[in-house]
Amino acid sequence: MKDIPLEKNLVDLFFRRTLYGFAVLAFLLLGGMFAFLIDLGLPAFREVGFGNLMSLEWNPPLKSFGILPFIYGTLVSSLLALAFSTPISVAAALFLTEIAPRRIGSVFGFLVEMLAAIPSVVYGLWGLFVVIPWLRTSVEPFLRKSLGFIPLFSGPIYGVGMLAAGLILAIMITPTITAICKEVFSAVPRPLKEGVLALGSTRSEMLWIGVVSSSRSGILGGMILGLSRALGETMAVTMVIGNTAEISASLFAPHQTMASAVASEVAEATGVHLSALGVVGLVLLLISGCLFLFLRWSLRKGGYSK
Amino acid sequence: MMTPSPVLLEVNGLKAFVESTEILHGIDLGVSRQEVVAFIGPSGCGKSTFLRCLNRLHEETPGGRAEGRVTLEGQDLYASGTDPVQIRRRIGMVFQKPNPFPSMSIFENVASGLRLNRIAKGVELEARVEAALREAALWNEVKDKLDASGMSLSGGQQQRLCIARALAVKPPVLLMDEPTSALDPVSTAKIEELVIQLKKETTILMVTHNMQQAARISDRTAFFLYGDLVEYGPTTKVFTTPSDRRTEEYITGRFG
Amino acid sequence: MIARHWLNRLFISGICLLAMIALVPLFSVLFYVISHGASSLSLEFFSSLPAPVGEIGGGIGHAILGSVVLISMCSLISIPLGLGMGILLSEYSQKPVSRVLGVVVELLSSIPSIVVGLFAYALVVRPFKGFSAHAGAIALSMIMIPLVARTTEEMLKLVPRSVREAGLALGLPKARVIVSIVLKGSLRSLTVGVILAVARIAGETAPLLFTAFASQHWFQGLSEPLASIPVQIYTYAVSPYEDWHAKAWGGALILILMVLGLNLLIRIFLPRRKDG
Repeated sequence: MKDIPLEKNLVDLFFRRTLYGFAVLAFLLLGGMFAFLIDLGLPAFREVGFGNLMSLEWNPPLKSFGILPFIYGTLVSSLLALAFSTPISVAAALFLTEIAPRRIGSVFGFLVEMLAAIPSVVYGLWGLFVVIPWLRTSVEPFLRKSLGFIPLFSGPIYGVGMLAAGLILAIMITPTITAICKEVFSAVPRPLKEGVLALGSTRSEMLWIGVVSSSRSGILGGMILGLSRALGETMAVTMVIGNTAEISASLFAPHQTMASAVASEVAEATGVHLSALGVVGLVLLLISGCLFLFLRWSLRKGGYSK
Repeated sequence: MMTPSPVLLEVNGLKAFVESTEILHGIDLGVSRQEVVAFIGPSGCGKSTFLRCLNRLHEETPGGRAEGRVTLEGQDLYASGTDPVQIRRRIGMVFQKPNPFPSMSIFENVASGLRLNRIAKGVELEARVEAALREAALWNEVKDKLDASGMSLSGGQQQRLCIARALAVKPPVLLMDEPTSALDPVSTAKIEELVIQLKKETTILMVTHNMQQAARISDRTAFFLYGDLVEYGPTTKVFTTPSDRRTEEYITGRFG
Repeated sequence: MIARHWLNRLFISGICLLAMIALVPLFSVLFYVISHGASSLSLEFFSSLPAPVGEIGGGIGHAILGSVVLISMCSLISIPLGLGMGILLSEYSQKPVSRVLGVVVELLSSIPSIVVGLFAYALVVRPFKGFSAHAGAIALSMIMIPLVARTTEEMLKLVPRSVREAGLALGLPKARVIVSIVLKGSLRSLTVGVILAVARIAGETAPLLFTAFASQHWFQGLSEPLASIPVQIYTYAVSPYEDWHAKAWGGALILILMVLGLNLLIRIFLPRRKDG
């Protein structure tokens, strides 16, 4: 009765150690990601210098490796996406949680989730052959005719360009923002909504004051999560943005983002060119890392779980 | 080999904590063989935690920690190097809510302790499962559907299934944490009967919120209050002539 | 008061309208992929190599095979690792290692897939001087591991603590309780998690562009470049040839059928949570 077979204990120990080994592997992967990208990018810093990298001109044959056009392209296309997507996502989440009957709501929710399941490359294909012709022949000429005095809507029309990228990105981040908004809206306490209604407000006033306004910080969290998705989104953007390293005020003009630059140039790049693309990847990694930390911090502060 | 002492389980100065809060303030208590000991007291008094310290399950709750001495047949359960897994094989436990393994059949549930600990297999396993189910007075109700899911049984049957599961590994001590609180009166009566039967082979420590139950089935009763053991003695004495005023107030319902 | 009533109506209908706009792209994508892609589908499309430009026929059989190879390799790496990390996250959540791992896994899953591809490029392609299936599988794994880890954690946390305690109280070592009771009991939901992760990586393109790269041949070994459906779609889509565009739509249809099919199947046959 008293004999203690030690091997049972060893099984536990072995099991736990193995799992710890997996964890260490994850740490190594993360560390390795930074290390290898730094290693990839370092020669660019050495050979062409920081000033060149932070310039406005990207022209590899001429040894100009300014990554600012990519940063500009990434920021503007992502912000554009956010501007398109946020009202739609908030409305979709309101519809889901407050307006639609249960059955319709669940079908609608499923369809929005499916929007996230469509692969990026398929969005790119669709954007290239469906959205871009539409932009080129109807939307952009109309915008230029009516709002052409604003620099945003002036200049030659290509179809491919910033507006197309922003639109496709908006579609791709809608499920993300909707999901967060849905969670935040359904966390609004019932008594609060009833309290607003009891004051004699209409349903829409209740939705606006009771639900949307009281969830501002949560909506912002969803927007930041959407932004972090948009920043790194690659394929669809690469296919519709026009792949031109340029900074132009016009939304009709072709641009390039950090992700699309890496995607379209790495396979053929060598030497300093490759290394400069490594720097682009590193910057993208750092930006998404910072956003992640900010999001974690703000979620913790706001008291939302995920 | 140790000479069998009348005291099977002895507790000295047992303290339990969750994070930095002390829940038990040093408990001393001894339990003899083939006894049923009932633990009573208002909820939150630490009686369940006390029970969970005896098979070192308390330390599995987040932030849970215990110190002191608990000896089973002279062996200190809290001595360094003692494997809690070994202890739990000799001290079985039945919980407040029936918790059969949801993915397993009735047979597999009872066999789980034997099979997963590699104690028995084949014909012997089947025999011991049947014996355990008979001991738990469940055999006649389930013998034709041993392959059905454990979750398909009624609440009372599930609890007896859990008792059978605990008995299958033949533990000398069985801890029961309010085993009837989730059950109807008929199932409760069956389990009480069972406890009296089991006493012949197994020492039973049972937490109960029901004083009549304690009076009906236990040989000794321990009264806990705010993490202290207030009174411990033969059940008849505790219920008729308690020596502590607080015990008297509690059992006569004047407490709190 | 009447104005207020109409304002209310307007607001609600506006919300409904905006919400419906969110679905327009879904239906449009499905419509175009099906209508443009269906005509490309034939036995030949699934089973043969691409034909030279201008020639009729040919298919993307090599890319389908390539995707199957890549997904299998990636699953082989990611399922055990992801499961293990998920177990650590859920069953040892009190341990400091587990807490740090939680942050690391979340961070890993938030890294853009193109950056992951670049890492695999620097890790495998550059030192071994060539695009390879290995590099592609590693890049995909970096995306799949955190996915599997997170769903595993979520699914295991649905198992009530009382079940684990029952196992421990029987004198089972913790590892036994985890493997034979907790994991075994969650087999269905874990399978769902893995299938969803596969559906997700099946469409990943960016990390493959310069790791597995592309190929016009059948599978030629793990150290050689390997075609895949998503990369093939990309190559065909950005080409100037009409018949290649048609093949891109055909490939997209296969991909969509696979990805949406898996999602749909899971939702029909396996309800996600007990409480619905």
